[in-house]
Amino acid sequence: MEILHENKLKFLEEIANTLRQDVIEMIVAAGSGHPAGALGMADIFSAFYFHILNHDLKNPNWVDRDRLILSNGHICPIQYAALARAGYFPIEELKTLRKLGSRLQGHPYRKALPGIETSSGPLGEGLSQAIGIALAARLDNKKHRTYCIMSDGEQDCGNIWEAVMLAAKYRLSNLTAVIDRNNIQSDGFTESIMPLESLREKYESFNWHVLEVDGHNIEEFVDAINEAKAIFEKPLVVIAHTIAGKGVDFMEFDFRWHAHSIDKIQAHEALSQLRTLNGKIISDD
Amino acid sequence: MINTEAKLNSKIFDMGEIEMAATRDGFGEGLLIAAEENSNVVALSADVASSCRCNLLAEKFPERFFQVGISEQNLVGVAAGLAMSGKIPFIAAYAVFSPGRNWEQIRTMICYNDANVKVVGHHTGLLTGYDGATHQALEDIALMRILPNMKVIVPADAIEAQKAALLAAKISGPVYIRLAREKTPVFTTNETPFIPGKAEIFWESKKPQVLIIGCGPILHNALLAADDLGKEKIGTIVLNNHTIKPLDENKIVALAKKCGAVVSVEEHNIFGGLGSAISEVLVKNFPTPMEFIGSRDIFGESGKPEELFKKYGLGVKDIKEAVKRVIKKRSL
Repeated sequence: MEILHENKLKFLEEIANTLRQDVIEMIVAAGSGHPAGALGMADIFSAFYFHILNHDLKNPNWVDRDRLILSNGHICPIQYAALARAGYFPIEELKTLRKLGSRLQGHPYRKALPGIETSSGPLGEGLSQAIGIALAARLDNKKHRTYCIMSDGEQDCGNIWEAVMLAAKYRLSNLTAVIDRNNIQSDGFTESIMPLESLREKYESFNWHVLEVDGHNIEEFVDAINEAKAIFEKPLVVIAHTIAGKGVDFMEFDFRWHAHSIDKIQAHEALSQLRTLNGKIISDD
Repeated sequence: MINTEAKLNSKIFDMGEIEMAATRDGFGEGLLIAAEENSNVVALSADVASSCRCNLLAEKFPERFFQVGISEQNLVGVAAGLAMSGKIPFIAAYAVFSPGRNWEQIRTMICYNDANVKVVGHHTGLLTGYDGATHQALEDIALMRILPNMKVIVPADAIEAQKAALLAAKISGPVYIRLAREKTPVFTTNETPFIPGKAEIFWESKKPQVLIIGCGPILHNALLAADDLGKEKIGTIVLNNHTIKPLDENKIVALAKKCGAVVSVEEHNIFGGLGSAISEVLVKNFPTPMEFIGSRDIFGESGKPEELFKKYGLGVKDIKEAVKRVIKKRSL
């Protein structure tokens, strides 16, 4: 990974904003989807696809590529937007999300789209697959890294804790998990549906190295990912505190936007806020 | 009479003499050979590695064996990840837990991903015996055959299980292999044809009236029944249908036409297993009267396997009676 200079940081922030606009436009066109988590993770997806990952757009199956596993597949519009903007497939194709025959399935389908490492959607399954990929890398003496993005809500799944134990058992230091700690899930706030706190202490007691960052501070996030490379005895999890619906004021912090369609008026307002950085820039609109 | 082309064990009906071995033992040997032949073959187990006969591989290639503990959901995901990085993982656990407990994980991570994982279900059927109903998988064929991309193989003895392990390693994509705990007659030989997707005639009378289609160790009971029926001048064909999916439809339909009646024999719920698969094919192509030997939509219990077979209607006597019942329904 190259050093994150100020100009690059600004570029990544701009990309994140573009990705948020893509997400709004995609979900409007699709008529359904999961906007809150997708918007909340825009900064981290920008950081991954435009700075952190060692990947090759022309050769998506390059054996030495870093792997990014998206466990909470329902936020896939943000991944699709990042893949398209990075150059994996035409940007126009984003409008086909959830439409018949599209490669952009409602939840990611590995066999359909370049850049998708695993099919996902059923929650709690990404970390197990990331472990398998990391174990294979170790067997083959490969140096690439495996990243697994999870939601906080899916920490309810028993499958995740089975995987958390195994990653610690095998001291998978080539594996880095990222948890989107946005405090919402489908039915409400995480702490009322199924309390997760203290999430940090849970992972620490399972022998993971834990870092907590502001998930909207790209510099902080990149630093955490770099720190992971210096931890050799344990898998590392970055708990990224994010705001669900980030960038669109009427969606922020509101669990009802976990899964919700966006109508045209709402979309206009959302895009206007994103394009003007919530009024900080005068819009031509 | 025995089909000589099947090259079966000459001691097939000599219960005092025939070698006994569990299909899981044959699997363990096959897995080791597969691992020796291909360095990408790896194995994972959920705290039942020795019981599931992964220990041979684990001892010879410790770095290629992964013990995940009692976590069947995780077992599937880790295997899928390994497969997506080019490995050929075999996951071995008791079938009630894998593919029972972790069915959705298999559906998504193995089948939908089309990951090259071999799911090996152990301790299936009433042959699981003393452990009782909780551990006797009678539903696993149904669970696996309804999944797109999944192939389903049920070896009839230890030799077929060894072949199944070796062949599964060479098949690209998901495979389910169904195994049993108890020792059962080794009635095939290394020369017996075993091609996934191709059913084999093991017994054929001169004038067959009933086609008996079986899979797994219970197929030996079907052959004993055919031998007895032959003495009563009732002709049958016994087909070893070791691959439930893809099903050898052409052969099943052709033989059903020849016989005019069918009995399915499996150590599985009569709902959803081999019998159901056959009836689906026959109803579409050549509606044929059928009888179904299998567990009748009830759970098993603890006991000696032979006692359980008798109580739950899976014995030689039950197969013979089913043949006689179905003959009365023949329209030919």
